[in-house]
Parts: sequence; structure tokens; C-alpha cells
Amino acid sequence: MSAEAITALKAKFPQATDRASADHPAVNVPFGDVVAALRFLRDEWAFDLLMDLTAIDWAEGAAPRFTVVYHLLSTTRAGSYVRVATNCAGTDAEPTAPSVVSLWPGANWHERECFDMFGIKFEGHPDLRRILMWDGYPYHPLRKEFPLAGIETDLPVADIQEETGTRVIAAPMMGGPFVASPGEMNLTEAEPRAKDESWADREVRPDQTPLRQVKD
Amino acid sequence: MVTPNTELGYNSKVEGGVIVSRADAAINWIRTNSMWPMPMGLACCAIELMAVGGARFDIARFGAEVMRFSPRQSDVMIVAGTVTYKMAPQVRRIYDQMAAPKWVIAMGACASSGGMYRSYATLQGVDRIVPVDVYVSGCPPRPEALIDALMKLQTKVRSEPSASRLLSA
Repeated sequence: MSAEAITALKAKFPQATDRASADHPAVNVPFGDVVAALRFLRDEWAFDLLMDLTAIDWAEGAAPRFTVVYHLLSTTRAGSYVRVATNCAGTDAEPTAPSVVSLWPGANWHERECFDMFGIKFEGHPDLRRILMWDGYPYHPLRKEFPLAGIETDLPVADIQEETGTRVIAAPMMGGPFVASPGEMNLTEAEPRAKDESWADREVRPDQTPLRQVKD
Repeated sequence: MVTPNTELGYNSKVEGGVIVSRADAAINWIRTNSMWPMPMGLACCAIELMAVGGARFDIARFGAEVMRFSPRQSDVMIVAGTVTYKMAPQVRRIYDQMAAPKWVIAMGACASSGGMYRSYATLQGVDRIVPVDVYVSGCPPRPEALIDALMKLQTKVRSEPSASRLLSA
């Protein structure tokens, strides 16, 4: 079902090209045609549910820098699931994409999250505000140039910052992000922890002598 | 035949109508045995907090069963869960709205230190915005651990110079 929908889409929109995908059929659609193509899939091929709307940041300086991906599911045609991707227009600092809230009202919060995390302006969105971070947060955290630890900035409320003397700080990473060890059977070993444990007691720090040094 | 004294309460006929004690002891006795919590349930630790209030663990045994959702009526704020920077001002506001004397228990790894959330969005320990009296380790802590924290807090309050603070306030 999905493949037929993609074939029909490419017949109607010759600019659309196949997109590499390991599971469901996927298609690249030029920026200008994406709303029409999505409307075609929704109305003609019964893709009535927008499963997900997300974005990809390829890299700093890459062209195109941002791609928006739409995941569509048909609740009436079993097994129908396609992805549609389109490259954002606009600048790297302020990329733009068309809003599909008019097609699926559920896109509203997805687009707000996408705007919050990537800074993509969805043109035609009825209420494009941040959804996870607070209004006035100066960064878009899922962009490639944004460090995982974060960047020091102000708290959302000025008088609380003044009273507590606390700011939003770059989180201490202590040797790297905490990652789980998949495959470890011992749950204690599999727990998320920093891979570089030079700071921890588990391994002796370089400037210390081993605690249990065996003497002859 | 000697009858053992089975009276558990204070008997004014035997001991007279006057009790001599320190003001600190009396005030702290009152405070420690009715610490009404402000449940600041922000994440999964709140589930354990609910268990503590339930019949199995029953924090009522320690006089802290009255979860007050109004900061004006509560004595101890139990911060149970991950505090994001977005939520941090509200946590501080609620703390500010609590009437003195007031205490704070940081329940779990996230509230104590940010826990595993070493990220741009998470406050790295609630002690950065409010003064914390007791930290509870665990992710989430067992209900017994929270009860232990409450008992530790009661022990701490028992040694506070409450009377002199009241007079100097």
C-alpha cells in the first residue's frame, strides 16, 4: 500500500525523488510542493494520521542544513506508513518550513517542539511558541553547535535568579555524557555512567597511588 | 500483692500540676510530631512518595501524613523528582510561600544533584535554589529511605534552638 502511494505521489509530483530508507517507503519532496504532496497523501491515499514530525540537523555549514521529516500512517489501510522529507528554506540561523497544522491539527505541538529544538520557523503556524524550554531561552538545544551540557544563561525568572544567585549552568559532565552499556548482563555494570571514569573512585586517578597496592 | 502502674499518660494526682521542661524541648516536640509535607512531586520519585503516604509504609506513624497542597499550611517541602530550569522558579516561589519554620527534603538523585540528567534543561541539584536539610539517595529511593529521611529531619529539628529563634524573630 505504502509503495503504491509513493508511486502515485511521484507520478503527480515529478520533482519528488526516492529517499533511502531501511523500512518504510520514503520520498524527498521539494520545499514548494510539500504541503500539496502531503494533502494529496492525506486526501487520496487516506493517510489520516500524522505520526511524527521532526527535523534533522545535518551539520554546521552543510547545505541543506535542516530537513523536516513527516511520518504518515493510514488508520484505514493496514500497513500504510510513509515518510516525506523536505529541505528547509531560509537561512541557517532562521530556517523555514511550511506548517501542516491545516492538514493535521496534531501537527501543532510537533511543530512547536521542532521550533523549540531546532529553531525552524513553521510558516502559517497559528501559535509558534516554545513548548519545552521557556519563552526567552536564547538557544535551540538540538542543533549541532549546541553542546549537550548546555550554555550558561539566565533563569526564566529574573527575581528568582537575583534571590538565589543561581543561573542556568553548563551541566558538569565529569568526563563525558552518561551512557548505558547495552549487552551487560549485570545491571550494576549496565547502568548509565560516564565512560571516562578517570575522575571516579572506581579507577585510581592519575595523580593518586593505588589504594590496594600490593607490597612485596 | 503489688499492682503495676499501667497508666501510660501523665498523672497529675501523682506528679502534680506542673511540668518543668525547656521551651526548646516543648516547641521542638510539637514541631517534630506534626510535620506536614508539601509534596513537590515532579517525577517518578512522587510515586514512591505516594507509597509512603499509603497504608503499607504509612508516614502517619511519624505525624507527616497530612500532605498539604497549599504551601501556607505545610512545614516540610519534599522535592520528589527532576527539577528543570523551567520549573525551578516555581519551586522557589512555593518555598517562599511556606510559613516559617520550614524545611526541605531533597528526595532522590535528581533533586539532590540533577541525577543522571547532566543536560542543558535540568537544575543540577535543588540546593541551588532552596536550602536543603536532608538529602535522600536513590533512583528512586525506597519508601523506607524517605521515612528515614523524615526521622533524620526530626532528629535535626529536635536540636534546633527554637525558643531563642522565636524570641529574636
